[in-house]
Amino acid sequence: MEEKKQMVGKQSLLFANPPYIQYSACIAGKKEGEGPLGHMIEEINDDPMFGMNTWEEAESRLQTLTVNRVLKKAKLTPADIRYIFAGDLLGQLIGTTFGLMDFEIPVFGLYGACSTMGESMALAAMCVNAGYAQRVIALASSHFAGAEKQFRFPLEYGNQRPLSATWTVTGCGSLIIGSEKSYVRIAGITTGKVVDYGVKDSMNMGACMAPAAADLIYANFMDLNVNADYYDMIITGDLGSVGQTILIELLKDKGYDISNKHTDCGIMIYNEETQDTHAGGSGCGCSAVVLCSYILKQLEKKRWNRVLFIPTGAMLSTVSFNEGKSVPGIAHGIILESV
Amino acid sequence: MDYLKAFIVGGLICAAVQILMEKTKLLPGRIMVILVCGGALLGAIGLYEPFAEFAGAGATVPLTGFGNVLWKGVKEAVDKEGFLGLFMGGFKASAVGISAALIFGYIASLLCDSKMRK
Repeated sequence: MEEKKQMVGKQSLLFANPPYIQYSACIAGKKEGEGPLGHMIEEINDDPMFGMNTWEEAESRLQTLTVNRVLKKAKLTPADIRYIFAGDLLGQLIGTTFGLMDFEIPVFGLYGACSTMGESMALAAMCVNAGYAQRVIALASSHFAGAEKQFRFPLEYGNQRPLSATWTVTGCGSLIIGSEKSYVRIAGITTGKVVDYGVKDSMNMGACMAPAAADLIYANFMDLNVNADYYDMIITGDLGSVGQTILIELLKDKGYDISNKHTDCGIMIYNEETQDTHAGGSGCGCSAVVLCSYILKQLEKKRWNRVLFIPTGAMLSTVSFNEGKSVPGIAHGIILESV
Repeated sequence: MDYLKAFIVGGLICAAVQILMEKTKLLPGRIMVILVCGGALLGAIGLYEPFAEFAGAGATVPLTGFGNVLWKGVKEAVDKEGFLGLFMGGFKASAVGISAALIFGYIASLLCDSKMRK
């Protein structure tokens, strides 16, 4: 049997045995439920504490509930899952650590800022494609209050938010990725590089991440020798309205027009006008929830056949930021195909 | 009339700060430091005292008033204690404000929990 070449170009893979997204589950908060995609999100939890005492515990609980949900949908037990690839936005990944501990499933803890859903899906797909696991979970979460406390100001401080600021999504999405056939498969991935345009504004993440997204889309087109026509949609994670403009401009400079194919999870998840979210949604949970609620459904219904899904992350740390460093961006591309 | 003056002057200071918040990339902490230093500076060149007499609480309640209090405390202590006063006066003069902020902040933290922003 002829071995299919899987390494494509400089930073992409096209899988010989494309793994399938077998089940998905997502849970989000009240504000997300009131947004334009609210009716498609499986479970809305009105309690921002998720029954716990601190914001950090709340995010862990959110992860636990989401994994339980996806396992229940799949009628599987934790023993059926070989690995979990998961991450969140809190320092040292405490959301993931405490949230997934009780499942006793081997865990790879990932930090890709808000791009974590892409990173977890990429590694999960590589793992299944290679035959190292029959079934794995890919997951990412974020919580508005925890993220504000981690990266900006604690809510008690009551600071004003500038118009370029995004709103961290309270939500978690999880996928069971495996080798058994389903409606959507991960045909390939393009892994992003850290891209730094020297933006130093922690309240304007869209501008930090747009160059990374542009770099990734360009790399994907080069590696696969395609253009925007190859995809039905190109969906970035959380650039927001500010970042979207920059992304489209940057790619136009390189000779590609994606303006009629592009949308952004951060733009879709809230209604900017009525929900006072300023530049849109952000956080790992943003792309994770939009993927599980909206994008996968469009692929299942074959409204779209091929989507380039690109969670984007701003590598912000309060330490490096206070030491005067810029906020570099990263993006991870996942090629989703309906089957 | 005093109320009206205080309201208008205090409001103008807040409006000026709101412009800083929206039009510059300064973080809130920096803006607060600018206000305190500005108040101390205006106090040092003798402008803040007459201003505070005119506007009353409108000038003493905003952070610039705190800067002025710091300056006044340092000045008085230096006059009385000499060089050492430089290190004493500011804390002495601002002790009431700082202690009140700490104590009431602590009480508030015992009584209230942070809530999700809507």
